[in-house]
Amino acid sequence: MLGAYLPIIVLVTIAILFGLGSLIFSSLIGPKKPSEVKLAPYECGCEPVGSARERFSIKFYIIAMLFILFDIEAVFLYPWAVVFKKFIAAGLGPFILAEMGVFIVILFVGYIYVWKKGALEWE
Amino acid sequence: MDALLALPPMYYVAMVAKVLVAFVFVLLTVAYATYAERKVIGFMQVRLGPMRTGWYGLLQPIADGLKLFFKEEIIPKQASTFAFLVAPLIALVPAFISFAVIPFGGNIEVFGYTIPLQIASVYDPQVGKVLDLNVGVLYILGMASLGVYGIVLAGWSSNSKYSLLGGLRASAQMISYELAAGLAIITVFLMSGSLSLNQIVADQAGAFGVTGWYLFRNPCTFVAGIIFFICSIAEINRTPFDLPEAETELVSGFCTEYSSMKYAMFFMAEYANMVTVCAVTTTLFLGGWHGPAFLPGWMWFVAKVYFLIFCCMWIRATYPRYRYDQLMRLGWKVFLPITLVLVVLTALWIMAFGTEPWFSFIM
Repeated sequence: MLGAYLPIIVLVTIAILFGLGSLIFSSLIGPKKPSEVKLAPYECGCEPVGSARERFSIKFYIIAMLFILFDIEAVFLYPWAVVFKKFIAAGLGPFILAEMGVFIVILFVGYIYVWKKGALEWE
Repeated sequence: MDALLALPPMYYVAMVAKVLVAFVFVLLTVAYATYAERKVIGFMQVRLGPMRTGWYGLLQPIADGLKLFFKEEIIPKQASTFAFLVAPLIALVPAFISFAVIPFGGNIEVFGYTIPLQIASVYDPQVGKVLDLNVGVLYILGMASLGVYGIVLAGWSSNSKYSLLGGLRASAQMISYELAAGLAIITVFLMSGSLSLNQIVADQAGAFGVTGWYLFRNPCTFVAGIIFFICSIAEINRTPFDLPEAETELVSGFCTEYSSMKYAMFFMAEYANMVTVCAVTTTLFLGGWHGPAFLPGWMWFVAKVYFLIFCCMWIRATYPRYRYDQLMRLGWKVFLPITLVLVVLTALWIMAFGTEPWFSFIM
């Protein structure tokens, strides 16, 4: 199994070296004529107003939290999906289907709750 | 260490060769995808696209790359320098390394040593089987999520309002569509009973031909395949879902403050992601490298991937950009419930009819 993981390390190394190499190379050969205006954040030619690190919409936090909840639930479905055919072959099809059915129904109830609460509205 | 020494020397030669070939393949495809995109969209809009550099503009990507090398590197004064420099790397590296687990051809034999055409795999002569990552799909999903960090870091560290908005939008969009894509893949696991991409591809081969591909296996996987491809396009921020860099409102989104090669790296990451996403869709739904025997497997793989890349460009030339609330509605209120229902339907279908292609019932 080690033989299958080793190439990934090699590929990661090559990719990082390629990225670092082009970063360093371009910073070496590019011109450098910094000026006050050039180093200011871009704001369509106006003087920058205040800092960019201000508060932003709560919606993004909600989406992030919902993502974690639903993604974990999706990951719970993966092992079930992988062994599903084996359970059918063993004659336990209705059992495993009903079990996951309950899980998905609970997931759906949570989803409908989130929807009705308006967490998915962006208008 | 013993396990490493037990591998034959041919293994190392084959490994380095495969890694280099795949890396150069992705790099060249990325370079020429930028050219092809301008040409394809050019022709679709009844103009010629790049024509001046080389024959029919064929040297355009090289000229672009060289030009970006010689451009000035600007690091804004307010930017958090370290994060600002690291962000393009974090965006670029995962885009290239997801390719490691994708099988791009059958086994080839060199000097009596069998080499599977998949980077992260090894042929075991004792078992007579190819061993690859048994969590291949999870690896791809993991790498796809890592790419988000590059974009968020780029948006935040630039300390510019456009970048921050672009980065926020990108992260929300990418995680939303990752969810639906992750659920759509479950239908594939139900069919294959494995997370190993090698097994998934092997399961789509056989006497059924095209109807053995998961896309055409049964109606549920057909819908799931299309949803997966759309979600993938949304996840890599391509038109019509390119909100994070909507140039009409956000200048250039998360990479507004980037210049020179650092900008080029975001650009390359976007196209490398497109290549990866098309390769993953090919592997999961379009039968991987399998096809009629008159062409070798890797040619079929390349042909299918290039066809999907062409579809991405076609979509870009056809559809206008979504509005942000429409985008979120599509991801959370349309694709998420549909894919959840699809999972149940696929399970029911497999219980009722098995995993055979559905054409076999009709005929």
